Parts: sequence; structure tokens; C-alpha cells
Amino acid sequence: MTEPGAPIVEIRNVSKSYRRENLVVPVLHAISFDIAAGEFLALMGPSGSGKTTLLNLLAGIDKADSGVIRVGGVDITTLTETELARWRANHVGFIFQFYNLIPVLRAVENVELPLHLTSLSRRQRREHAETALGMVGLGHRLDHYPREMSGGEQQRVAIARAIVTDPTILVADEPTGDLDRVSAEEILGLMEQLNSAMGKTVVMVTHDPRAAQRAKVIRHLDKGYMGDAATQDPV
Amino acid sequence: MLLLKILFRNAFRNRLRSALTILGVAVAILAFGLLRTVIDAWYSGVEAASASRLVTRNAISIIFPLPLAYSEKIRQIDGVKRVSHGNWFGGIYIDEKHFFANFCVEAKGYLEIYPEFVLAPAEKKAFLADRKGFIAGRKLAARYGWRIGDTVTLRGTIFPGNWDFVLRGTYRGRDETIDETQFLFHWAYLNETLKRTAPRRADQVGFYMIAVTRPEVAAEVALAVDKTFKNSLAETLTETEKAFNQGFIAMSGAIVTAIQMVSFVVIFIIMAVLANTMAMTTRERIGDYAIMKTLGFGSGGIATVIFGESLVISLTGCLAGMAATFPAAKGFSQGLATYFPIFLVSAETLWLDLLASLVIAVVAALIPTRQAIRIGIADGLRRIG
Ligand SMILES: Nc1ncnc2c1ncn2[C@@H]1O[C@H](COP(=O)(O)OP(=O)(O)OP(=O)(O)O)[C@@H](O)[C@H]1O
Ligand SMILES: [Mg+2]
Repeated sequence: MTEPGAPIVEIRNVSKSYRRENLVVPVLHAISFDIAAGEFLALMGPSGSGKTTLLNLLAGIDKADSGVIRVGGVDITTLTETELARWRANHVGFIFQFYNLIPVLRAVENVELPLHLTSLSRRQRREHAETALGMVGLGHRLDHYPREMSGGEQQRVAIARAIVTDPTILVADEPTGDLDRVSAEEILGLMEQLNSAMGKTVVMVTHDPRAAQRAKVIRHLDKGYMGDAATQDPV
Repeated sequence: MLLLKILFRNAFRNRLRSALTILGVAVAILAFGLLRTVIDAWYSGVEAASASRLVTRNAISIIFPLPLAYSEKIRQIDGVKRVSHGNWFGGIYIDEKHFFANFCVEAKGYLEIYPEFVLAPAEKKAFLADRKGFIAGRKLAARYGWRIGDTVTLRGTIFPGNWDFVLRGTYRGRDETIDETQFLFHWAYLNETLKRTAPRRADQVGFYMIAVTRPEVAAEVALAVDKTFKNSLAETLTETEKAFNQGFIAMSGAIVTAIQMVSFVVIFIIMAVLANTMAMTTRERIGDYAIMKTLGFGSGGIATVIFGESLVISLTGCLAGMAATFPAAKGFSQGLATYFPIFLVSAETLWLDLLASLVIAVVAALIPTRQAIRIGIADGLRRIG
């Protein structure tokens, strides 16, 4: 484990553009910054500024055009597709705006899903999944299908799925974007807790200033350029 | 395994679409099975043919006769165990719609050469003793409600006139592949009548049936028979019974080929239908697959889920279709007994059903799988919401 304060994510000169027909659309311009271990970072910026793109790059689900992305000491830009898949399974927990649960799997099965890529036994997988769901306060809804749960509950299942493999970093793309105020507060509270009590490094993209207030550090992205970090005291 | 749960539940996620696709596969497999069974029925005579029996006919054409005198000469050839002869009679019962095979044979030899026609000893005795007697297959007798002792009249076509016969026995097939709709009477009865009415046509036979001592000598004996009558007035063509029966079918070969093609067209169509279903479901689940990839599942996992779903749908339909084939074939065989005396769903047809449904499933899943694997995770995720 890296000591708190040392960078767990180092991003150096990362650029990314999309090709649309013959047009090249630059999205990220030579971005460089660090994320410290145990940090709770909120990434803000207007729509289309490249937040999702940046998050995808550092989580290893998209490829940068150039630059270096080191996570926990590993330069993930050099990994092959297969290596990257294994790396994600071991090191990254994902939380999305639309929860992205598998609709045909029950809550506990959704949480178990990433454990199928580990060597855990069936019993152990079930135990881990139940524990994770207990941690997000859904110990009583193990057998519910996503469609039988509220948005807030589904997002909590997604959080359980993200932490069940005990990843190095948690990435969250607008985790409260689809939730009402109360549910959003619950989710933010959970993320804060994961960060402070369990020491998870969290990177959260958000539009919402109130959500961003929960983070320890806020960074702004604008038209593909990264602004300075603003450290804030916990509310 | 969780992937199995995913693919099974995916298969029934859109109930209506899955149900319709499964129904489609079931109907296609049913049609395929019935068409294959029709073809089998066509060939059933060939399949039932014995390798140790030969049929000798006029070398020019089956419609020309051979002299009765050949019988004795054939009997003397090495390897010949028994000889019998007969004629296709082609008589009509009531009218043309009531078709069944009817021919006359030298009965004593015939029943020995064809032990698959099983006759009660008392009935056999009564038949052999009555010049005007005939025997009928069990199914044929049942179809017309003939009882032992009934007189049945056939209108001759090749041999004009009304011919009366008395039912002396009904035979059973030794197994279910034996045609139980034939009508057999004494060649001697035909011949005696011809002697009176058309002497020039008497003492002629349509074909000789020869039982050989061992199947291995069949080819040799066939050559020997034809050699014996080389350069005589009526040269012969001797074939194994199988080849002889195939010759009959060859006439309808084009139809069989057409049916065969239709049976594959049916499979091809349902393949397109399932491919469409799979393309639709995969498009809907592209987000799911993106999530799975995000979590670290590779191409194998994605392929398992898509191929599996395709297989579940296809095999469910296949099993339903196979189950429906049996009652359908039964109905078919009752309705068409006149044309297809033997109408049985063979094990081979069932295996072909299974094979077809596997091929359908795999082909249908191919392109959707490729798409799902190729799409970048980020692109897949953007399609959610
Ligand atoms: N696959 C793609 N092909 C082409 N352009 C793309 C693609 N994905 C994203 N873009 C473009 O890249 C830019 C940045 O997109 P991104 O999703 O990272 O923005 P964002 O900051 O997350 O916006 P939002 O707040 O609306 O989610 C946008 O202009 C978008 O249109
Ligand atoms: Mg975004």
C-alpha cells in the first residue's frame, strides 16, 4: 500500500482526440496532474469538457493518444487489451450515473459478478457480496432485481459491486446525476465514508457543486484543459 | 456459473420476442423433420431391401416381360438358393384414388424369399391352396375392412377385365419398416386366365426374384444370370434388390431433390430469423456487455453469453419441434398411407434436427458476437441511459 499523500495516480501529458469522419476533435490537451493515495477528488467542468473521457483513460477503459498514466506504479498505457482487463478487475471499482447493473441478475449476483474473475470459491464469493451489500445498507435486499429497487438503492448495489474486489481506486461518473436530493446525499455520504473510513482513493466526476463539496480536492476541466486543484476542508 | 444465469435469463428477457422466435424454430424443425421423413418414406423400400436378394428384369425396360422358361435356367446357376417370379398387376380398386401396390407372384417361393412378410400358418396354407386367393397387408385389409373369405374385385389395366380374388390371409411386417399395404395374388391365376383370353401374353413374367446362398456371392450370381441370357431373345438385367428399388425411385429423383432443397431452405430462413433476433437482443444488451468488459470479462465471457442465449432459444425451439414431429408424422402417415406406406421419424432425422438447430444457433450468434466484442468499452457505455 502506498503511504497516504504519495501519488497513486500520475498523469503526464495525456492527450486524446476523437475522429469523426475526417474531422479530428481534440478532447484532452496534454493533461498532467497527480492524485494522492487516499484522496477524494471531484472533477468538475462544463458538459463536453472531457471529464468522462479523462476518467475512462485513468480507469483503463479507453486509450490515450499520447502521454503516460501510472496507477499504483503501473503505466497502464503500455498494457495489452487482455492485461488491461485483468488490471481493471483487480484495481478499479466503477460507479456510473445510470448504475449499470445487469438487469437479469439479482442484487447479490450483480455484486458477485466481478468476483467470478477471481479464484474465490462460490461460498466466499457469496460471503463477500453479502458483506459488501451490508456495508451499503442493503443486507436485506439481496435477492431483488434492479427493476425492483429505487435509483438510490440501485446505485448502492453498484457501489457494493465496485468495492467488493477491494480495488485501488474508485471511479465514479456523475454518481448522483440521476438521483433525487435525498438519495444523492446518501450516496455521497457512502462515498465519503469509503474514502475516510476505508482509505479508498475516489475520483468522482460531477456537475453538481454540492456533490463536489464532499470531496477533499476539486479540479476543473475546461475544453480539455486542466485547471489548478482547490483543496477544501470537509464540510 | 453466473454467466449461465445471465444467458438463460437473457434468452427469456423479452418474452414475446423469444416466444415467437422459439415458435419459429419449432415450426421450422417440424417442417424439416417431416420433409426428411417424406424422403425417408420414399427410400424406405430401398432401405428394407435385402443384400442377399436379386431381381432380374428385361434388360431393355422393366415394362417388357421375360419368358417363364428362364426360371429353370436360373435355378441351376451356382449360388442361387431359390427363385420366384411375378408380375406387376396394376389393378384398380374402386377408382384411381384408392391406390395400393398389387402384384402376382409365384407364392410358395416368394414367401420363402421374403420372410419379412409374416403370415399365420393356417392362412398361408389356405392362400397356397386357393388359386383365386390373395393376401393383403394388415393395414390395407384394415383400411377397407376386408375379412378372411371376402371377395375383392380389381379392375385390370395392364390385364383388362374385372378380376375377383378371395382374401385368404393378412400378413404382418416383421418390423415397422415393412410395407403392410401390399396386395399379393397367384401368378398362376393370371397366367391361366391369359392362356384363355390372350395366349400370346401367357407364360411371361415381369421379374424374377432370386435368393442367393450368401450375400457375398450376390454380385457374382447377378453377372452369371445376365451372361446366361446374353444374346437370347430377351436379355436380362439383374440387380440387387436395393439397386432395383432405387431404379424405381430414380424416376422421382427430381422431386426428392426438390424436397431436400426445400428442407434446407426452411432451415436457412429460420437461421435468418434467429440471426435477426440475436442482432436485436445484442444491440439492446451492448451496455451490459460493456459493463462486463469494464469489470474485466474478456471476449470469451461475452461470446459465452451471446452464443449461449442463441443456443438456448434454438434448442428450446428444436426440442419443441422434435416433440411435435411425432404426432404430426402420425397424422401424416394416416392421411397419406396410400402413398407412403412407411412413414416413420428416423433417429437420423432427429440427429439432423439437432445438428440443424446447433448450426442455426452458431451462425445467428456469429455477427452479433463479433460486434459486441469489437465495440470499445467507452463507446458501449455511452449507449446506456
Ligand atoms: N466516441 C466519440 N466520438 C466522437 N466524439 C466523442 C466521442 N466520445 C466523446 N466525444 C466528444 O468528446 C467530448 C468530451 O466528451 P466527454 O463525454 O468526455 O465530456 P463530459 O465532460 O463527460 O461531458 P458531460 O458532462 O456531458 O458528460 C465531447 O465533445 C464529445 O462530443
Ligand atoms: Mg460525462
